[in-house]
Amino acid sequence: MTREQIRAILADVTDPEIPVLTLEDLGVIRDVIIRDDTVEVVITPTYSGCPATDLMSRDIVRTLRGAGVENVIITRRIDPPWTTDLLSDEAKQKLKDYGIAPPVWMREDQSVADITVPCPRCGSTRTELISEFGSTACKALYRCQDCLEPFDHFKCHR
Amino acid sequence: MKDQAILFDYILHLADNQLILGQRLSELCGHGPELEQDIAITNIALDLIGQAQLLYDYAGQLDELGRDQDQLAFLRDAHEFRNVQLVEQPNRDFAHVIVRQYLFDEYMFRIYQALTDGLDERLAQIARKAIIEVKYHLRFSRNWMLRLGDGTDISNQKMQAALDRFWPFTGELFQPGITEDILTKAGVAPELKDLEPQWLEAVTATLKEANLHVPDRPRQRSGTGSGKAGIHTEHLGHLLTEMQFLQRAYPGLKW
Repeated sequence: MTREQIRAILADVTDPEIPVLTLEDLGVIRDVIIRDDTVEVVITPTYSGCPATDLMSRDIVRTLRGAGVENVIITRRIDPPWTTDLLSDEAKQKLKDYGIAPPVWMREDQSVADITVPCPRCGSTRTELISEFGSTACKALYRCQDCLEPFDHFKCHR
Repeated sequence: MKDQAILFDYILHLADNQLILGQRLSELCGHGPELEQDIAITNIALDLIGQAQLLYDYAGQLDELGRDQDQLAFLRDAHEFRNVQLVEQPNRDFAHVIVRQYLFDEYMFRIYQALTDGLDERLAQIARKAIIEVKYHLRFSRNWMLRLGDGTDISNQKMQAALDRFWPFTGELFQPGITEDILTKAGVAPELKDLEPQWLEAVTATLKEANLHVPDRPRQRSGTGSGKAGIHTEHLGHLLTEMQFLQRAYPGLKW
């Protein structure tokens, strides 16, 4: 199999915690290297302590085995570090459709207090930060003051 | 000591700092003062433990005994840990959790910043990844310093008491370990005496804004050795007892 074929198979592997995104969308898959009969998939963890990283590795191995690729090794490359700049526009739209506000880009000198995160449901910009940390490391918790719904913001991480 | 052993010792010190504080913070899982803070603290704990894993992984490759991450974390005794004493101090109350975190975040931000420019490429890579996380932790802990320091009379008193308690542990942060100078000269480890005034300036500014005062006591505890040399307060042993229980009781057990 070629690298392109392997990548096409991997295009179906989704994030264990945000199943609407694929690992490709997230920018987690760095490279695919083929040596003889072994396929090496290079991944980059999102947050250092993200518990989903091990699951992602297992899902990659399982998916490739399912497609008949027996010898798979997963290696981790942390540099350059993962940032939310790696998320494609398509990925951001998927997040929004799923009810998670996509990352609002933040300058180096800005804090979470300086940015406005629009509500992914009604689009209102009258929203408030409830907690800088949400149900997973990559999210923060907000509430919309117009539709009154709570929602997650996929934090700008860079 | 051989060069490799010196580097091993230094990386172990960095890793132990992150692991021990991560373990301390994870004690709050399910016990935070509010749901949001419970989640925040345990998220920070996860980041720290993740950073510790990256560091132990590197240390393990330099280790003469060839120990892996888990063996380094779970099968060493207190005197073999190289963390600074600040991170092993108990949580007591939320003021202590926040003050300890803030003092340490301001420190780690500068350590990682310096390491990104260091000559050890692998350490620089870990630092480049970790610093993004530390910036976020610092924002959190600094905001709580302001909110509680400049809050009610009682919250201010509790924050000042925590600050007074931890202040004598902050001198150690900038005391190089026995062989650390060699790595500083080699351009691998940061020059701690250059970082100290920056740290003190940032902390002093925050304390002022938080309506807290710089404690009127030395930043160094007298007559005690350094955690970097394996000398610890009585609290580390208790922490390890809980953290290492499973591997001690069931050696080699895996998930």
